[in-house]
Amino acid sequence: MMMTKTHSSEKVPLWRKVLSGLAEAPPTGLLGLVVLFTYLFVIVFAPWLAPFGEATIVADAFAPWSAEHLLGTDSLGRDIYSRLIYAARNTVGITLMATLLAFVIGGALGMVAAVVGGWVDQVLSRLVDMLMAIPLLIFALLLLMIFGSSVTALILILGCLEATRVFRLTRAVAMNVAVMDYVEAARLRGEKMLWIIRREILPNILSPLFAEFGLRFCFIFLLVSSLSFLGLGLQPPTADWGAMVRENAMLITFGRVTPLLPAAAIAILTIAVNLVVDWFTHKASGLSK
Amino acid sequence: MIDEKDETTNRPILEIRDLIISTEGRKATRQLVKSVSLSLAAGEVLGLIGESGAGKSTIGLAAMGYARDGMRISSGEVLFKGTDLLKLSERKRRQFRGKRIAYVAQSAAAAFNPAHKLIDQYTEAAVAHGVSDAATAENEAIELYRELGLPEPETFGQRYPHQVSGGQLQRAMVAASMACHPDILVFDEPTTALDVTTQIEVLTAIRRTIRNHHTAAIYITHDLAVVAQIADRIMVLRSGELVEEGKTEQLLEQPKQEYTRKLLSVRNLHKDDTGSGEVVLSVDSVSAEYKPGVPVLQDISVQVERGRTVALVGESGSGKSTLARVVTGLLPPVKGGIKLHNAPLTPTLKSREKDTLRRLQMIYQLPDTSLNPRQRVREIIGRPLQFYLGLKGQEMEQRLKELMAMTELEEYFLDRFPHELSGGQKQRVGIARALAAEPDLIICDEVTSALDQLVGEQILNLLLKLQKEIGMSYLFITHDLGTVDAIADEVVVMRKGKVVEQGRKTDVFSPPHKDYTQKLLNSVPEMDPQWLNKLLAEA
Repeated sequence: MMMTKTHSSEKVPLWRKVLSGLAEAPPTGLLGLVVLFTYLFVIVFAPWLAPFGEATIVADAFAPWSAEHLLGTDSLGRDIYSRLIYAARNTVGITLMATLLAFVIGGALGMVAAVVGGWVDQVLSRLVDMLMAIPLLIFALLLLMIFGSSVTALILILGCLEATRVFRLTRAVAMNVAVMDYVEAARLRGEKMLWIIRREILPNILSPLFAEFGLRFCFIFLLVSSLSFLGLGLQPPTADWGAMVRENAMLITFGRVTPLLPAAAIAILTIAVNLVVDWFTHKASGLSK
Repeated sequence: MIDEKDETTNRPILEIRDLIISTEGRKATRQLVKSVSLSLAAGEVLGLIGESGAGKSTIGLAAMGYARDGMRISSGEVLFKGTDLLKLSERKRRQFRGKRIAYVAQSAAAAFNPAHKLIDQYTEAAVAHGVSDAATAENEAIELYRELGLPEPETFGQRYPHQVSGGQLQRAMVAASMACHPDILVFDEPTTALDVTTQIEVLTAIRRTIRNHHTAAIYITHDLAVVAQIADRIMVLRSGELVEEGKTEQLLEQPKQEYTRKLLSVRNLHKDDTGSGEVVLSVDSVSAEYKPGVPVLQDISVQVERGRTVALVGESGSGKSTLARVVTGLLPPVKGGIKLHNAPLTPTLKSREKDTLRRLQMIYQLPDTSLNPRQRVREIIGRPLQFYLGLKGQEMEQRLKELMAMTELEEYFLDRFPHELSGGQKQRVGIARALAAEPDLIICDEVTSALDQLVGEQILNLLLKLQKEIGMSYLFITHDLGTVDAIADEVVVMRKGKVVEQGRKTDVFSPPHKDYTQKLLNSVPEMDPQWLNKLLAEA
């Protein structure tokens, strides 16, 4: 009540809002944002940035770091630096698709369960309970063994499995909104369920959903990397950070840090996403610090 | 500073001088309390009154040397028996709080820990402040419970907060606040959340107890009639400033300021019977239940004529709001039927035609939850126009402006979000949304109970004006008989799902009364300071 109200009714151009938002951002949030944009840049311009092709054999196996091959070559003689760059495309791309799929499925069903309630909610929730009872990584491994590890299968399986988590959160936050009088007013007006979900519920649960998107992205990202590390994710010769850790793991015993680099790429992106999500959720919840 | 030994009995026990409280923060600070001074003699009861935002609670808390998060006591003195609480260290100040000055909050349910017995929450403070040991404190608690008129005082403390009623819990909190024999009690709207009949019990108990113990008190409320019963002296506040101060009788009889006069006149709104004979809504012997076999409504019949207002009155749990749910189709009745303009309504919401839905609109109790915070006023009011009437473009804009004018709102509010409006303005938007559908009947569910009295009165006036101008009919749900007198033509008194009495307002409100109606009528506080005394003398 005592907080100064933001007068969002006055029309402020978007770029101005973005600029003032950035000016007030905490250093951690900015750092995260800079890192994310760096990754994005690498993803978009991968073919121009990488000196060699993704799967081209360019030198002897396990060549040391040199001016020509910045980070050396792997067991087949492929340039590790180039593969690291291409892997960003593959891993992040798959993760993003799977996360979006999880949100489309989980979010939609979660809101339907909250708004419709009754037996629809019961059926959906119990189904999700059942799916969640099985450990995710093991379930994913099992499904990948059955359906084979194609990119499509990977996206579909991870998206569907993670959708259960998104469902739970969406249902819970949508429930809080669904009991509001303005939702009842819309029902009494005779609005269709879809309209109620889109106009009355969704705008009010966007900020927790956004935070969840960031976190889910991280989890799925780690999951994709784990699966690739175990050999069930992206299949060779496609470059993937998780797989690259495995492929080059033995180099560690020779005192070379090369296998740690793809691992670092995974860790840094995860941290950066978390920093940005943290910043946004704090902003949305109105906490000053 | 004066030593405590020197004090004379005439010296005020609490003195606040030139208190200024402002918001805290990097941005420009705003003064919430602007240089207010007050003094409180031992055993005196001071009433602080004003609408929300007047700074009543802020001053009440400042009397304990406390400011809520985001606020700062920027200057002034709070002298307790000559000691300035603001100059003490936080640790020393805490010894005063709870022990010498105690606080009774509005919501006892939120103030008690649900996991502990009432008696333990009583003794806790006394033991912590070293006033007495647990056994003594327990005996005192039983004594206080008895004094406060709580049932079975010996074993009452063994119950958990959820095992007692709201009124009992509020009294238990008064008892708990007296555990350390404080010199001053600060009551912050202790009866606002209670039903009228319960309010009387709590008010009587509070008054008796503080008189017996000769405790000084600051009693904060927005209800002048309530404070008149308990306070020796009243201070009227508005936006952090003192409007007027005086002895209770004097202030009520000869208010000097215009604002005080307005506050006094709130309950004087009265409506005379109007009517047309044309029945808009007819509820025919409806029974309803949430769980099979547990009736919530039994055999209710109500008729609303065009241009008239029928008030449903009763305590919480009487089934008033359930009846509204049955009429709107949210809860299909198990027996009986509803007719709109003599055409039977289908029982469920889903089976009703769009045009039927349009004819029945609703206004809610809490303007904060009845408007979507993410929609601008334009969209909130515009949606029914588009949905029912298919308006768009210029036509829509024209109608929106008309509706804003009808509900006495500025046109530029159309581009605002609900959180940028005051409570009264939000409620007007709710009314405009209902009007937009061009309904035959509006169901008003406690539409003024979440608002300040003056604002609530303006809303009632608006509803009356609309009734006069466009012949609107209302089914008006309320627990406040003052509101009934202001707006109703007919009254239906309900209790535990049954109609106790119904008929024209003039008939229901004039003797002879049914017992329950009598009790309800008696419970409405009047501006007369002797009202409670008379009532207690009669009983």
